[in-house]
Amino acid sequence: MRYLPHTQEDIQKMLAVAGAGSLDDLFKTIPDAVKVKDGLNLPEPMSEWELNDYMEKLASENIACKGYTCLIGAGSYDHYIPAIIPYLVSRSEFATAYTPYQPEVSQGTLQGIYEFQTMVTDLLGMDIATASHYDCGTALAECALIALRKNKKADKIAVSDLVHPSHREIIDTYLKPTGYEMVLIPHTKDGLTDMTALEAMDGIAGVAVQSPNFFGHIEDLAAVKKVADAKKILFITSFTEALAWGILKNPGSFGADLVAGEGQSLGIAKTFGGPGLGLLAGTSKLMRDLPGRLVGRAKDSNGDDGYVLTLSTREQHIRRERASSNICSNNGLNAMTAAMYLSTIGKIGIREIAQLNHDKAMYLKSALAGAGFEPVFDPPFFNEFVMKAPRDFNRKRIDLINRQCVFAGLDLAPYYPELTDHYLFCATEKVSKQQMDQLAKEVA
Amino acid sequence: MKDINELNLPEDVKYTKDHEWAKADGDTVTIGINDYAQDQLGEIVFVEMPAVGDSFSAEDEFGSVESVKAVSEMYMPISGEIVAINEDLEDAPENVNEDCYQSGWIIKVKPSDLSEMDALMDKAAYLEMLKG
Repeated sequence: MRYLPHTQEDIQKMLAVAGAGSLDDLFKTIPDAVKVKDGLNLPEPMSEWELNDYMEKLASENIACKGYTCLIGAGSYDHYIPAIIPYLVSRSEFATAYTPYQPEVSQGTLQGIYEFQTMVTDLLGMDIATASHYDCGTALAECALIALRKNKKADKIAVSDLVHPSHREIIDTYLKPTGYEMVLIPHTKDGLTDMTALEAMDGIAGVAVQSPNFFGHIEDLAAVKKVADAKKILFITSFTEALAWGILKNPGSFGADLVAGEGQSLGIAKTFGGPGLGLLAGTSKLMRDLPGRLVGRAKDSNGDDGYVLTLSTREQHIRRERASSNICSNNGLNAMTAAMYLSTIGKIGIREIAQLNHDKAMYLKSALAGAGFEPVFDPPFFNEFVMKAPRDFNRKRIDLINRQCVFAGLDLAPYYPELTDHYLFCATEKVSKQQMDQLAKEVA
Repeated sequence: MKDINELNLPEDVKYTKDHEWAKADGDTVTIGINDYAQDQLGEIVFVEMPAVGDSFSAEDEFGSVESVKAVSEMYMPISGEIVAINEDLEDAPENVNEDCYQSGWIIKVKPSDLSEMDALMDKAAYLEMLKG
């Protein structure tokens, strides 16, 4: 969106067309009671260089990953973003305040989203993907609703307690006013979802398991599929680390009905936790149950390819009360970013980056084990793992942030009270061997 | 859009206020959407049907019909159990547009109380309702 200021003359012309005498006249339908009376009370205007200085000063008060060694993932990952991405994505054709879906004028954006959907289905091994959602949590909550709509006789959804805590909260928020209920599947001492507990559950419409789960472990999705099939319920799986599919067998190959995921790892900055990129993919059978937007390829009157929003008859601009979802927004710019990222790194690139993540995480785990940390769980993991820390670690951890610019792990106790002194670590391709060795030395 | 006078409304079926039709045939009742409904919806692309064996009360929602313009729910004219669904509609939903009373039928029901049919409208009463 270009910045085009209006001259007084422009404003007068527009007012004349609108049939208003003045700006106040234009807004006279707004009741006086809700109008601001005494102006906006803003500080004095600044010159461009003053404003730049001021904003930089404000920004420097934040601690962000830049200049830090980030060993925390937990749903938001510090990956390298190729230089081409910020350049391309900031082009005004993409970075616009308007969501351009009118096929007559938006073929570029629509094709971009169509390509994004295609890449998501390839990555996850699914038939169909939506144009994106706010984040993994909302995509997962939408999947829970689909399951409840499909299995009308059930009023519960089973969710692994190793699904990201925030995502479980979002499901809870969605279900609270509905009378439906989320039941938690406990985890085993190995840090995996307890299949026996799932088998014993009745009256559930679907099961949701995250893999790699919140502890970083790779779940046995084949086992989840078996239980879901035996119970004739929907098998939903989620993930927070999209790059895992560079080396792991994808959800589609395990027969998942629905997949919800976070795409932040695909070229999108952490930006203090959002906006993210909610991925949602399903089987063809569920095509008409998917919420949000879908872009399809069609033919125009000349027989040429053209891209349009499709299957949107169930959405709220057509029928508000009975829409399959009341969030029809998609994170268009982030979806475009992910498509650019995936096409930049390619099939071989994603495998290499994923392998690097895994190898570095293995190295960090052994380095910490050598420094007196206790590996509590044993299942295979991708780039995150849990360690039990020595007693005095928490003091050192705070000190590491302030003195060494290292974020050394996430304290798990607030999320799993039984896990005092347990920390969730993550290593991405950005962490160097020196940094990991240095950390091990500091905490030993 | 058809004018009311152009609508094909057979004399030998019953009508509901939601524009379904129902026709008793021995101990089953065949149900579909009528000419007015298919004409209003426009080109039908998908019919969502219940499973054989499902039971419904009169006025329960039993499925939906999707056109290029909108999705519309269908409601049971009478109570009963689904004994057949028109599987041809999965590949040929346009049958509902082309021939809503024959090849475009949607479900067959074993009624729990056949006398519920008496509460439905005949052609004259239905036309009266349409004209408002």
